[in-house]
This record gives sequence, structure tokens and C-alpha cells, in this order.
Amino acid sequence: MVQQLTRKLLSGMALPAVALAAVLGIVSVPIQANAATLHMAWSQDATGLDPHKQTAFSSLRLLELIYEPLVRVDASLQIVPAIATSWQFSADGKELTLKLDPKAKFQNGATVTSADVKASFERILDEKTGAAARANFLSIASIDTPDPATVVFHLSQPDVPILTAMSDVNAAIVPASEIAAGSVGTKAIGSGPFKLDKWDPNAKEVLSANKDWTGGATGVDGIEISVLPDETAILAALRTKQIDFALLNDPLVATLVPKEASLQLNRVPVLAYHVLQLNPSRKPMTELKVRQAISCAIDRQEVLDTASLGEGKVTGPLTIPAMATDPSQLFCYKRDIEKAKQLMSEAGYADGFSATVIGATGEPPTAAAEAQVIQSQLAEIGVKLDIKMMELNVYVDAWLKGDFDMAVALNGGRADPYTMYNRYWTKTGNLQKVANYIDDTLDRQMQQGRAETDPARRKAIFADFEKHLAEVSPWIWLYTSYSYTAQQKNVSGFVPTPTGTLFSLSKVTIQQ
Amino acid sequence: MTYLLRRLAVFPLVLIGVSIVVFVAIRMVPGDAITAMLGTEAGLLTPAQREALAAYFGIDQPWFVQYGRWLAGLLHGNLGISSTYGKPVLEIILERFPLTLELALLSMIIALVVGVPAGVFAATHNEKLSDLGVRVAAMIGQSTPNFVLALLIIYTLSAGFGVLPAMGEFSPLWRDPLRNLGQLILPAITLGCAFAASVTRISRSAMLDVLSDDYVRTARSKGVSARGVIWRHALPNALIPVVTLSGIEFGYLLGGAVIVEQIYALPGLGRLVLDAILQRDYALVQGAVLFIAFNFMIVNLLVDLAYVALDPRIRLGEQ
Repeated sequence: MVQQLTRKLLSGMALPAVALAAVLGIVSVPIQANAATLHMAWSQDATGLDPHKQTAFSSLRLLELIYEPLVRVDASLQIVPAIATSWQFSADGKELTLKLDPKAKFQNGATVTSADVKASFERILDEKTGAAARANFLSIASIDTPDPATVVFHLSQPDVPILTAMSDVNAAIVPASEIAAGSVGTKAIGSGPFKLDKWDPNAKEVLSANKDWTGGATGVDGIEISVLPDETAILAALRTKQIDFALLNDPLVATLVPKEASLQLNRVPVLAYHVLQLNPSRKPMTELKVRQAISCAIDRQEVLDTASLGEGKVTGPLTIPAMATDPSQLFCYKRDIEKAKQLMSEAGYADGFSATVIGATGEPPTAAAEAQVIQSQLAEIGVKLDIKMMELNVYVDAWLKGDFDMAVALNGGRADPYTMYNRYWTKTGNLQKVANYIDDTLDRQMQQGRAETDPARRKAIFADFEKHLAEVSPWIWLYTSYSYTAQQKNVSGFVPTPTGTLFSLSKVTIQQ
Repeated sequence: MTYLLRRLAVFPLVLIGVSIVVFVAIRMVPGDAITAMLGTEAGLLTPAQREALAAYFGIDQPWFVQYGRWLAGLLHGNLGISSTYGKPVLEIILERFPLTLELALLSMIIALVVGVPAGVFAATHNEKLSDLGVRVAAMIGQSTPNFVLALLIIYTLSAGFGVLPAMGEFSPLWRDPLRNLGQLILPAITLGCAFAASVTRISRSAMLDVLSDDYVRTARSKGVSARGVIWRHALPNALIPVVTLSGIEFGYLLGGAVIVEQIYALPGLGRLVLDAILQRDYALVQGAVLFIAFNFMIVNLLVDLAYVALDPRIRLGEQ
């Protein structure tokens, strides 16, 4: 009845509204997407152009279209060529040799050589650069360039995950001449599929196809990216065909896309994971049994269903499909309130305790809802949670200082478990102050996993690592969500991947 | 003239006060340009890396040294360089300001064109059903949040009719007036609604006061027509509170309508300041807030001068 009335009202209003729209210069007729240029929108813009300094998700998505690393990971997280066409570890795992594509060219016309590779990695390793990815390359002792198309990394210790770390755009190869001129970050000159013609921060980016790209011709002549901060407005722009393609973060908006006949939603589980971080340096989370009780009291599926509309998958610590253990095999992944109460009692907290959980407003969009569901679930074992939502930077500041009892977080994943977790779960991890927990078993397993070159043995080592981590419960891993992109149905060729990269836009085509 | 000079002389003092408050406040908020750029990855930095980045962002000195440098630049007309845009702050502000000014003017025009006649109509139909209708509409207009109205408009237009103003890249008025108007009319209506509701309510109550004054009764007894009494005699006097309200609202709008600019993806001053705060672009925050404060003072001054034009009995600066 209400729907009928609404439809009648809307149809009755259609004619005058369209007339008004036309008079006022509003786009009154849906415009056909231009086949030569892909019109795209996202809600958050890049924060800078230096590939070695930018770590924000939005920055990486832009820079991946302009710059290239030595290797890439594909949709199944296998290492594939980028600037390097082949690579080989020495038998002792302490030397990595890469052969470069002789046809690879920077957007200034210069050939990509081993000297550029050496200069790029030296820039990353130079503390003055402030490159966050430096931590992944500390095993590099020296770099040799026997010829322009060969580069040899000499490592101080066996470091298998270094190849995966090299697939990140934070390890992009930039021209040695730009490094010398100090212009990396002010001029974007990479060897990727697109050139940056214009960047108006927080408003618009204009990219044009790089005709010299060694990957072949791009499917579109260029990409125009509009920054529309509100995702409801992005959906509206898709509906009215103002844009062909969009990146979405909010599952509440993404799940509306399939209701539009002309639109297609692409979703893929990502490596990033939603987690409740406990602070094991603060009482009573110092007690193993209290942490385990919290793990047993949380119904992860309910958190996923309520906070994220079921858009995701319950996960253990490892989110890499080839490495992950079935979560049902992990400690207390089936909710067990009785066991939780017993553990609380054994730890001397039968009456529960009070704690504060912090979260960043809108980062991720589900943070507040996750905290609320967890609050109600933990109340059943007497844990009184006070929720404190903060602006992202304030949250990051508290998080980096380890200044919280508990924190709901969305932490980034990597294609290799060592690169993903060495920052937290090794004795020398840069983010030990955030994790506040380490034991000999975790540290030993991480070091073994780093040096092991046999894939099957490596998988077994990390399976044990995951099982142990779930048991000692410094954090409560909840779920992995989806990465969402939405597109008009006449757009084809986009391949979503677990890393969230938009690199396959290089082969996207638009049918008229 | 003395009054004007006295008011202008106070401007620098107020601006210095504003600059100190903004300078200190933004630095008291946890997080800095480094965490804004790197997020949680900032935890991977070594102390030497952090120092290098702090020097890059100009936050490696004590705050009073930073303030001294900034103030010295300001005295030479230099508001600093934005770390996000890599451009002079003043240049960025002047790029964004025309949009904000145009949006504020359009909203005010909508508010006055709708609000004043509605208020007069309600006052002249006091306690009748039509008066009640106007008051209820004004109440709804005033209590509907901007973002609700904006999202409702966008949803209705896009889902119901498949139309939407072009979003993303803004067309300045001088480049494409029609496209410019198309982009601004919906945000202006969104902002103008609540503004019009306030103008309606204040016009109505001011008119009711004025209509009960002796001189209105005298005008009526002299045989002046009802329309003449309202528009020639009563309305000019009832406009003083409307001018005050409009001045304050206009001053606020010149500071940027953050939420509306955000939803309609308009690159105005409000969004500029919000993004600058989120990215801890200190020079841009300081420069933009100072610019907004300056505008606000100018608008207030103009409002005071408008009183004199509206009511010759008012002499500014006299006791």
C-alpha cells in the first residue's frame, strides 16, 4: 500500500521534476558513459604521491595504477612478474636474483634499469625517507647490479617473505634520476599502466594511458576519478550513470547495488581482518584464562551478522586462503558461555570486571556496531565494556601507544604470514608495544616460517602458529570482510583480488 | 566613520587571538601529520625516520617556534604551504572560496525570498489556520537536519527520476554558469530550507510586534491601505532582527557548510577545513580558520551598517 502510494507520488512528480531539472541545468537525461574514459568514484582520496611513504588504502589504490613494483601478486595470491620477469633464491636463501624486463620504461621515456631498482631500495632503506615498508627489507645487506637488467639482493639471513614484500607498491621502482632530484612525491613518474595528468586533492584525479607500458595496451584511454565523500552519493551517481565504476567501503551501501538492474557488484574476501585487540599488559587481560574466557564468550558469527550484515567470513589469525586453518578447529571458535564463566571464575574474576574498548569512528564503518555487539556478548560473563569511539587520528595515536584496554580494529593483511605478523608476534616486532604479548613459541615459529623455503613445511609451521595464537588469545580474531567495487554492466574485465588492488583496471573495457 | 575605524582597528587583535587558539587547539588533539599519513603503519618507523618526517612536515620544533615562524610569514602575506596540496595556503583558500560564497548567497536568497513573505503572511493571518500551517512548516524546516534533507533529495532524484547534478568536478560560475547553477541549486535548497524556516519565524514575530505599534495604528487611521501599511511602514522596521539573523547565518555559511559540501561532493571551504583537520595539515587549518574569522567579522560589520540604513534613528557608536 505504502509502496504503491510512493510509486504513484513519484510517477506523478516525474514530469515536473524532470522539467525543473532541465531548466536548472541538472543532468536530466542519463548520460552514456564515454567509452574512452572510465569515470570512477571513491569516497577517500589519496593523501600523497610518494609510493614509498604512502600507506593509506586510498593512496595505494591510486599509486598502483601509476607505479610498478618488481613483482605482483595475482588474484590467487601467487607471485607473478611485474618489472621483473623472473627471480631465483640461492640454495641457502640468502641471495635473491631478479631479471628485469628490458622493455620496461618509465613514463618519462627512460628504460627501467637495475640502477633504478638499487636506488629505489636504497631510498626505502634510508631512514631519512621515512618509508614504513623499510621494516620489511632490513635483511638486505647489499644490492649488486651486474648488468642493467639484473639485480642481486644479498640478504643477511634467509628471508623468503621478502619477495612478497616486494610485490607491494610501497616497494615501487622509481627513476634514480627523480630520487637524485628529490622530486619523488611531487612528480608521479612510474612505469605503470597510467600516467597521472592531474591531481586535485580530495576532489579529482585524471589519469591517461601510458602507451609505453610493457604490459600492453590498456582497455581505456584514461580514468577520471571523482572523490565523493558520501557513499550514498556514489550509489546515486552510479544509478544516474554519471560514473562507470566505484570503490565502496560500507557494506550497508554495497548491499544495495544488486537491487539496481544496470549495476553489478564485485565482492571478494580480503586479507584484512576485523579483530578485538585485548591489551595483555593490562589487568585482568594479563591472565591467560581471562583472555580465553573472552574468546569463548564471543559469538563471531553474530558479530559478523549484526555489524556487517553477514558480509564476510569468520576467520582465525591467518586470512591467506592457502595458509588458513578451518576456524572451527581453533580454540573456542564455537561460543561456550559456560566454559567462559568457568575460566573467569578460575582466574578469580567470577564477578567480572570493567574495561574500555576503543574504536575509530567510521574506520571501518562497522566499528561502532562491532563494539556494541561485543559489549552485549561480554556482559553475559560479567564484563562491563565502556565504548569509546574516536576520530581516526586520535584512535591511531592511542593504538600506537598501546593506550587501551581493548580495541576494535580492522588490520591490514599481507599475502605472506610472516610479513603480515612479524611486526606484532616476534620479539623484535616494531608493533610489540601495540600487541603487548609475545612468547617463545610464537617467536620461534615466526623465525622458522621466515627461513623455510619448502611450501608444505612452511604451511605446517604457520598452521601451528595460528593454533597457538588462537589459544593464547592476545587478540580475538573476528572476521574478514569483502572488498567491494560496483560497476555499470557494460564495463568488463575487472578482476577483484583479496589485496583490494585496482590494478586490473588497466585491462577494463567499456562497451557502448 | 570613527565607529568604522574603531571596528577595523580591533580586527587584527581578534585575528591574532583566533590564530593562537587554533594553533594551540589543533596541536593539542592527539595524532599528527605523520600518523595522518601513515596510520597505524607509523608504528613501523624508527625514531630517526620519525624525526626525518617531522622535519619534512615542519613539526620538529616547539609549538611557540612554529607559531613565531607562521606569524612572521603572515605579516608578509604568506599563510604557509599546505603539506597535502604542496601549494600556498592562500592560493588554495582563494580557489575554494568562490564556491562557498556563491552557495552562501544562493542559500540566503532562497531563505529571504521564501522566509520573509511567509513570515509576513503568517503575521497578517495571526492565529488562523494558514498561520498554523506556516508555523508547522517552519518548525519542520528548522528541525530537519541538513544531511537528512540532502540524502532525501539525492535519493529521490536518483532513484525516482534518474537525475542528479553532476558531482565530482565543480564548474565555476564564470566557466559554465548553467552547469554551475545545476551543481549548486540542490545544496542551496538544502541549506536554504532551515535558514528560510528561521527567517519565517523571526519575520513573523517581528511583524506581530510592529503591527501592534502606535504608528501602524496611526497609518491605518490615516487611510493607508493594508498592503501599504505592511510593506511600507511595518516591514522595514520588522527587518532589523531578520538582518541580524541573516548576518549571523551568512557568516556561518561563509565558513563552509561541511556536511552539505561533503554529501554533494562540493569542494568548498568547509570540506577543505575538515580534510585539513583529518590530515593534520596545520598550515591549511590555521590559514582557513583565520580567513573564515576575517569573513565573519566583515559580515558583522556590514550587518551593523545595515541597521543604520534600515532605521535612521540608530547611530552607531553613540551611547
